[in-house]
Amino acid sequence: MRVSRRRVRAIFRKELREYRRTGSIVTAMVVFPLIFLVQPLVVTLTLPASTTDELGHQHLLLYMLAIPALVPAALAAYAVVGERQQGTLEPVLTTPIRREELLLGKALAALVPSVGISYVVYAFFLACVELFARPAMAAALLRGPDILAQLLFTPLIATLSIWVGIGISARSSDPRVAQQLGLLASLPSVAVTSLIAFNGIHATLGLALGLAAALLVLDTLGWRISSATLDRERLISGYR
Amino acid sequence: MPESPGLYLRLSVAENLECFAGLYEAPDPADGIDRALRAVNLVDRAHDVCGTLSKGLRQRVALARALLCDPEVLFLDEPTSGLDPAVARDVHELIAALGRRGVTIFLTTHRLEEAERLCDRVAILNTTLRTIGRPDELRERLFARTLTVRTVVPLADPGDVFAGLPAVDGWRQGDPATYLLAVSDPAVAAPAVTRALVEAGADVLSITRSHHSLEEVYLELIDRDEAGAGR
Repeated sequence: MRVSRRRVRAIFRKELREYRRTGSIVTAMVVFPLIFLVQPLVVTLTLPASTTDELGHQHLLLYMLAIPALVPAALAAYAVVGERQQGTLEPVLTTPIRREELLLGKALAALVPSVGISYVVYAFFLACVELFARPAMAAALLRGPDILAQLLFTPLIATLSIWVGIGISARSSDPRVAQQLGLLASLPSVAVTSLIAFNGIHATLGLALGLAAALLVLDTLGWRISSATLDRERLISGYR
Repeated sequence: MPESPGLYLRLSVAENLECFAGLYEAPDPADGIDRALRAVNLVDRAHDVCGTLSKGLRQRVALARALLCDPEVLFLDEPTSGLDPAVARDVHELIAALGRRGVTIFLTTHRLEEAERLCDRVAILNTTLRTIGRPDELRERLFARTLTVRTVVPLADPGDVFAGLPAVDGWRQGDPATYLLAVSDPAVAAPAVTRALVEAGADVLSITRSHHSLEEVYLELIDRDEAGAGR
């Protein structure tokens, strides 16, 4: 299957323009990650020095992987059903665009800002820890493998969350229901990363590589499966 | 082009068209957008946000969007739905201009005067396809050819005046001084009727060929369908 970069780019640019001009989307994308930033920041900056050893055995940074899981979920869940409700999907589907191209453009448009925001929040968190936390605390938190895992898993988790959201959106008839289901469906990845962060699951290199490989496979399958769920004829004609 | 313009209301006219030029993979998007905007007289509104445009202007943007791929065939679904008469007239002129440029247009409409004005051929659907043809053919198929004669005062003996005239198959009285003549050939009947009226000393107001609108054609078909179903 040939994917037209021009068509994907056209959807991608259109989506980003719409995000930029929709105040509620910008606000949600900025405020949501802050909620996940405040708690670890307060904990890190207020914990007594005696807890440093205990922290050394945890992977607190991974807790913040909830950000790439949750930030794009609502955007992705709105992607198809929202456009359908606005009446803007019908003209798009009457062009020669393939459904794979349409969904890829939408997914990239949700992925880029979500990953960008996640990285900015991590960077801000790391800078705060480096500047304001006790040196022993900073050393316990700022470990190379954790930061590397953070950088690696952020796009993988965000992509999975996006494909799940888009898949739900393609089959829904109400954007609100789709958004709620999208958020719910992104919770399992939050649960897994939280369990690893708090040592509920013991983090090893093998586990990290295994999870990364599994996410990569799921991300690729997600594109195919979401595309298959988008029934072009039903969306144009309105018939179920 | 769907019934609802379906524009991205937060984007400008040019940005909407830019997106669709990309989707159609237009070879020269800037030129294509410029030509489409010129075709619908919207060049000066290119940078307006679509959400700020009136319904008529949005419809024109949707038409420009449909023209981006330089179509040979265009499907228009209720293009003037919800538009006021002045804006609808503008859209009609655009559609007529496209037709003159050689674009084949399939127009779906409930406004029969719109179909009458714009369409070379008309298909009437009532659950199924009921009839198809040029508007004049449909009229002739459904209605007998008639001449309408109006005089200043009622004729003393209309039967005597209209009897035996060439191409006149029969007559009936409408209003007191109006007569509807069933004719086989109006070009033969009209001069003969005129001469007969003058010879009878009638003061003639008008002799016109009766014109049935497409709406009458449609209603006649529906009536026949209902009569057929009632049998």
